[in-house]
Amino acid sequence: MITLAHYIVLSTIVFCISVAGIFINRKNMIVLLMAIELMLLSVNMNFVAFSRFLGDASGQVFVFFILTVAAAESAIGLAILVVLFRNRATINVGELDSMKG
Amino acid sequence: MDLPWTLILFYVFATVLTISALGVITVKNSVHAALLLVLCFFTTSALWLLLQAEFLAVALVLVYVGAVMVLFLFVVMMLDIKVEPLREGFIRYLPVGLIVAVVMLVEMLALMGVKSMTAVTAPADPAGASNTAWLGNALFTQFLLPFEIAAVILTVAVIAAVMLTLRHRGNTKYQNPSKQVAVHARDRVRIVKMASVPASTPGPVEKTP
Repeated sequence: MITLAHYIVLSTIVFCISVAGIFINRKNMIVLLMAIELMLLSVNMNFVAFSRFLGDASGQVFVFFILTVAAAESAIGLAILVVLFRNRATINVGELDSMKG
Repeated sequence: MDLPWTLILFYVFATVLTISALGVITVKNSVHAALLLVLCFFTTSALWLLLQAEFLAVALVLVYVGAVMVLFLFVVMMLDIKVEPLREGFIRYLPVGLIVAVVMLVEMLALMGVKSMTAVTAPADPAGASNTAWLGNALFTQFLLPFEIAAVILTVAVIAAVMLTLRHRGNTKYQNPSKQVAVHARDRVRIVKMASVPASTPGPVEKTP
């Protein structure tokens, strides 16, 4: 029988993988955005699992809102990325130092 | 004895999810990373189906696999990115990333007290027959204002994304809709009353009244 702990452990593992991804891919902005999506996914899995096991609809409604906000965030993030690439011809985070004093 | 199929399916999906998440953060090619992330979303959708959250599982596939990841792939393929400079420091930051991730995993699992939750098994499905109806009831009664704010957020995101990537080139020709709407028929067509003249005359002679 699947218990709540199965889902909690799985989502914790996915969250930690995406944190490690942010550390090791710190130059590539596209993979950074993907790691953020992965983090949101693991949090959503927690919400759905708790909603199911506690019998409360609010958790799934929150997942709905998180999906909405995450879609808006990634659309704007990718638009910023496109403008950045058009102006600087790079997405390397290490070279984005024009605001350095 | 019959096999616990849901548990076996859970472990299969969990393994696929973990491996593809590891792939997302380690593969060299960004296109492959995006495709592995699609696999992650698909597997998570299957896991949510095991949790009887059908509406959200379908919404995840539609919104993420159908829209967001296509946008990701589109941007990755549109930008001509040299991969090599982006990979520098991968080996250097690998140990610290691993240490942070493992320490965080251990700490979170210890904090949440997973052992106490292994006893919790799923109650009867509170949604009853339709998960969508259950979710819709909560969404349109208790969460109506946040729902409308979410709609506003999506509109703002669409406008912001379009305005960020819009650029005006000097030599393009385009129509000005406000000028097009503002014209009147009497500015464009002038109706001239003319008297009919016999065909024998060489040309039309306008008769002044």
